[in-house]
Amino acid sequence: MVNEVCLRTLDLDRPWLLEQYQSRGGYEMLTRILKEKTPPEEIIEEVKKSGLRGRGGAGFPTGLKWSFISRNAPGQKYVVCNSDEGEPGTFKDRDILRYNPHQLVEGMIIAAYAIGATQGYNYIRGEFWEPYERFEAALKEAREAGFLGENLLGSGFDFELHSHLGGGAYVCGEETALLESIEGKKGQPRFKPPFPAHFGLYGRPTIINNTESLASIPMILKEGGPWFADIGVKNSGGSKLFSISGNLNNPGVFEIPMGTPFSELLEMAGGVKGGRKLKAVIPGGSSAPVIPGEQMMDLTMDYDAIAGAGSMLGSGAVIVLDDTNCMVKVLERMSYFYHEESCGQCTPCREGTGWLYRVISRIENGQGRQEDLDLLNDVAARISGRTICALGDAAAGPVAGMLKHFRDEFQYHIDHKKCLVGAG
Amino acid sequence: MNTIEVNNKAEIFSTEIREEIDQWIAKYPADWKQSAVMAALRIVQDANGGWLTTELMNDVAAYLNMAPIAVYEVATFYSMYELKPVGKHKICICTNVSCMINNSDRVVDHLEDRLGIKLGQTTEDGRFTLKEVECLGACGGAPMMQIGKQYYENLTPEIIDSILEGLE
Repeated sequence: MVNEVCLRTLDLDRPWLLEQYQSRGGYEMLTRILKEKTPPEEIIEEVKKSGLRGRGGAGFPTGLKWSFISRNAPGQKYVVCNSDEGEPGTFKDRDILRYNPHQLVEGMIIAAYAIGATQGYNYIRGEFWEPYERFEAALKEAREAGFLGENLLGSGFDFELHSHLGGGAYVCGEETALLESIEGKKGQPRFKPPFPAHFGLYGRPTIINNTESLASIPMILKEGGPWFADIGVKNSGGSKLFSISGNLNNPGVFEIPMGTPFSELLEMAGGVKGGRKLKAVIPGGSSAPVIPGEQMMDLTMDYDAIAGAGSMLGSGAVIVLDDTNCMVKVLERMSYFYHEESCGQCTPCREGTGWLYRVISRIENGQGRQEDLDLLNDVAARISGRTICALGDAAAGPVAGMLKHFRDEFQYHIDHKKCLVGAG
Repeated sequence: MNTIEVNNKAEIFSTEIREEIDQWIAKYPADWKQSAVMAALRIVQDANGGWLTTELMNDVAAYLNMAPIAVYEVATFYSMYELKPVGKHKICICTNVSCMINNSDRVVDHLEDRLGIKLGQTTEDGRFTLKEVECLGACGGAPMMQIGKQYYENLTPEIIDSILEGLE
């Protein structure tokens, strides 16, 4: 049950080529839809049945998102793919772009057909030059084969798709910041509502989905929504790409069913390096609160199980930490990241992320004060829920998690001006 | 906002650069030339040894009918644009969590020792710049760095040496 959806062509020699993708039934679903003129409502209904939830991290049901668009409203609509993969620990969309770009293209065309859009953009982070070139090559092949352009396969449906390269800004992974960025502005998130389904790119109705979500569409429609849903578990349909990194023998990307025990994923990743003890796991990208290793070994990899442990599945980025890691140092680095990447628009985030970083940094460097632990919780609580986008929450979440589970390490740093683990 | 009036846009940039920017402009709606600003800045930065001067940003503004301030906003917001000269090879080292716990400190130390500069500095001969960057989305190959358009993963001091020796 591995590599059944987005990575299903990974065993091929050069799976990114059109001919290779077509050797596994690629573009057959699109062709059938265009030939049979499948009603868009049926497509959206099938995606709803699949239980697919946004793979970028928010986990919003994809089919529901599509249904917010008024298909028959006049004027241009847009399909936008979010390949601005930037949540620390996440490196799965890079592999979809590099190894299966055509399935993403096919998924985007089907999405466009379903909502009545004739123009799409794939926002690829600027550092991803190799994935960008692979995607561009796929676009060229698809255009030459008549899958992009005017009157696709004689159906009367037009769709054109382009890449947009980012410039290095984590916040552009937030959907409205991403739209601002395509419009040629600095990537500062917009107030919502209005949501992109009503006022999106260039002020037009827009759906934005993650790379993995869109690349899953052709298989969902080919095999049926229930097939996809049944791969996974309740509330977590399908399989999922997990990017697992950290202190591991064999880190990498694994496409496995939702609900797979973490212990199995850890085994696939070769186990903890050097046979050392598993200390903690950050289960869904660096914004997800940390979970102690022992507790994690009893959990399954799905939305409900991880949420039940007080964290989140997020983008499926699993960072594994062994017992040589100082958690103060880990949190210091994470806090630096959010401080660095805050777009500066909302005061609680702009100022608060700086406070978090400076206070954690002084604890790490032996200058912490006893009141700092409460101060950290206080600052984090004052950021949470008080900002336009989720970056503030993302900065605050890890702080509470670390202080809940590893408070003794922070206390030791304050009391002894040195590290409990000995590594820091 | 004030835009810069230019009588003849063919006088801005070389033919080659104009053609490349025009390909990006063509991707967006006719009245949204501004969407090409990120690509235009990258293209002119690459052609200028890896950094942007105020004159170049003004040229981009004129070419895309934008106010210069709107171009400066973009150029200062995104981390991949450089507003000061950089070395021929800009070495971007990830030090975020997955790389950090896989000894990115050792990568930084080795590069600093070998090149005789600190993070954020450029060698006197103008060949190398060291830059600390945030997660580049290749954590499975931690520790990693990017030079130009290329990613280098699973770094050790020996691998770094061979990479640097292979550069012009």
